[in-house]
Amino acid sequence: MENLIVGKAYVLGDNIDTDQIIPAEHLVYSTSDPEELKKYGHFALSSVPIDKAGLPEGGKLFISGDNYQSEYNIIIGGSNFGCGSSREHAPLALQVAGVKVVIAESYARIFYRNAVDGGFLIPYEGTEKLNDKIKTGDKIEVDLIDNKIKNLNSGKEYQLRPLGSVYDIVNSGGIFNYARQNKMI
Amino acid sequence: MGMTITEKILAKAAQRKNVVAGETVWLNVDILMTHDVCGPPTVAIWKKEFGEQAKVWDKQKLVIFPDHYIFTKNAHANRNVSVLRQFAADYNLPNYYDVGTERYKGVCHLALAEEGFNVPGTVLIGTDSHTCTSGAFGMFATGVGNTDAAFILGTGKIWEKIPESMKFTFNGTLPEYLTAKDLILHILGDITTDGATYRAMEFDGEAIEAMNMFERMTLTNMAIEAGGMNGIIAVDQVTRNYLNDIGVTGYEELYSDKDALYHSKFNYDVSKIEPTVAKPHSPDNRDTVKNVEGTALTKCYIGSCTGGKITDFQFAAKILFGQKVKVPTFIVPASTKVAKQLDVETINGITLKEIFVNAGCVIAESSCAACLGGPSDTIGRSVEGDVVISTTNRNFPGRMGSKNSQVYLASPLTVASSAVTGKITDPRKFL
Ligand code: SF4
Repeated sequence: MENLIVGKAYVLGDNIDTDQIIPAEHLVYSTSDPEELKKYGHFALSSVPIDKAGLPEGGKLFISGDNYQSEYNIIIGGSNFGCGSSREHAPLALQVAGVKVVIAESYARIFYRNAVDGGFLIPYEGTEKLNDKIKTGDKIEVDLIDNKIKNLNSGKEYQLRPLGSVYDIVNSGGIFNYARQNKMI
Repeated sequence: MGMTITEKILAKAAQRKNVVAGETVWLNVDILMTHDVCGPPTVAIWKKEFGEQAKVWDKQKLVIFPDHYIFTKNAHANRNVSVLRQFAADYNLPNYYDVGTERYKGVCHLALAEEGFNVPGTVLIGTDSHTCTSGAFGMFATGVGNTDAAFILGTGKIWEKIPESMKFTFNGTLPEYLTAKDLILHILGDITTDGATYRAMEFDGEAIEAMNMFERMTLTNMAIEAGGMNGIIAVDQVTRNYLNDIGVTGYEELYSDKDALYHSKFNYDVSKIEPTVAKPHSPDNRDTVKNVEGTALTKCYIGSCTGGKITDFQFAAKILFGQKVKVPTFIVPASTKVAKQLDVETINGITLKEIFVNAGCVIAESSCAACLGGPSDTIGRSVEGDVVISTTNRNFPGRMGSKNSQVYLASPLTVASSAVTGKITDPRKFL
């Protein structure tokens, strides 16, 4: 995994639950078939109400047309990101859509664990509220070593809470890979 | 800077001197608990990842209670129990409590306490969101998904992000019309279902000190209803006496430092709290019993890890003594031990069981039963159009059965009072 992630931000509000991330009706697709897997990317964040999709203006679809990958690969969320059911398909869907990092104020614990242990994406927490400071489409640089992000549009920098062991687990591709690499198993 | 009790326990399990909220550490797990719903998929992941020769990291530390879907004809549910039975036999597991045998215990969270697996200062992880119940014993206890449980099964380890702590202090003496259930529903109304997300909820104060272990477990049980990672109450003489009675000794008592850092602190004067309900369809939809008094009911339910302990039945019996219920009322002892106690505990020389039978209640076998709906033949399950008042912990749509039913959560005093009148009733009418 690279230590510097550069990409476009997609900004969301508080309490983005797993049904908004990937609606229950789409959980029927196989996660091992590469073609069906794309469906998870295609439907990622498809239940976010349109006025809340891509803040501050809203109305910006995360996935356009028939695509399964998004032009945005960094999500800036609010508090309690990933609340709701414990479905592991939620971080998976974001990963398939190309999301590398989520930066939120706080996470529902099971989403956070699933994101890390499945090696799907990096769940960063900000040291301050960021979804009112960054706009959808802003170009963002995330520094995984110094734990900070820079808004390349405004030039402003913000500190993130250190990831600790979480970085190594996601970097290895999940908890079991991590353990094998570290001879824990 | 000082540490909270949660930080101290996690530091110890991580073999560290200090930890700070927000950092991630690897913990050595003292007990892994699973049950019939999440046990079979956990075992499947464990076998896939560790191979057919997979070894359980420590058989003494693995505890398995079939408890959820037990007394049913449902084939999938019975298959789950068969999988566990086979797993326990294949690996010669000492702490498997099979249904249909003398060893059967009932609901896991109460059984953990009764069997002495709740040990102060230790880390207990379970494949059930209400694993936080065990925090009443001054320990760290939390729920995980199947992947994490499979990892623990093979390694005995789990990583955790150290939670910030919120402190809830209850001052004063609990009036006789209030129980721990009223207090936790009250908190939920204040902080909502995500008010403690990823945080520890620490309880203290005079009213908590005066509570027995079962009432304390009602508080910690519902920490997850606020999104809490764990609920915790430090050890005191009440804890020591309980543990001593069941032969648990040699544990470490840890306490929060005076200068420990908290996310927030809440102070309550219990004399100002009213009998409380959570209205449909969320545990944080708080109201006073008074405000919803008179709501017509079709069912009353006293059971679950939250509201099916011996103290819950003592509260209910106090109200139901010499009365008759007006609507079907289900008594579901959480554990087989509680079921036996119903035959022993008395009020004015009459056993609790007799009191319930004379009042016209239905007494069910110990298990989770209708707390989470369950297969269609589950006793007490809600059906379309039902309006239920229950001592359980969740009232999301469909939680107790039909999506088209309404569930009010309340204390055993309030549920029993409502059973007598067939309408939601303030327990002060009967006390
Ligand atoms: S009694 Fe209810 S809340 Fe408790 S473990 Fe069983 S299903 Fe879960």
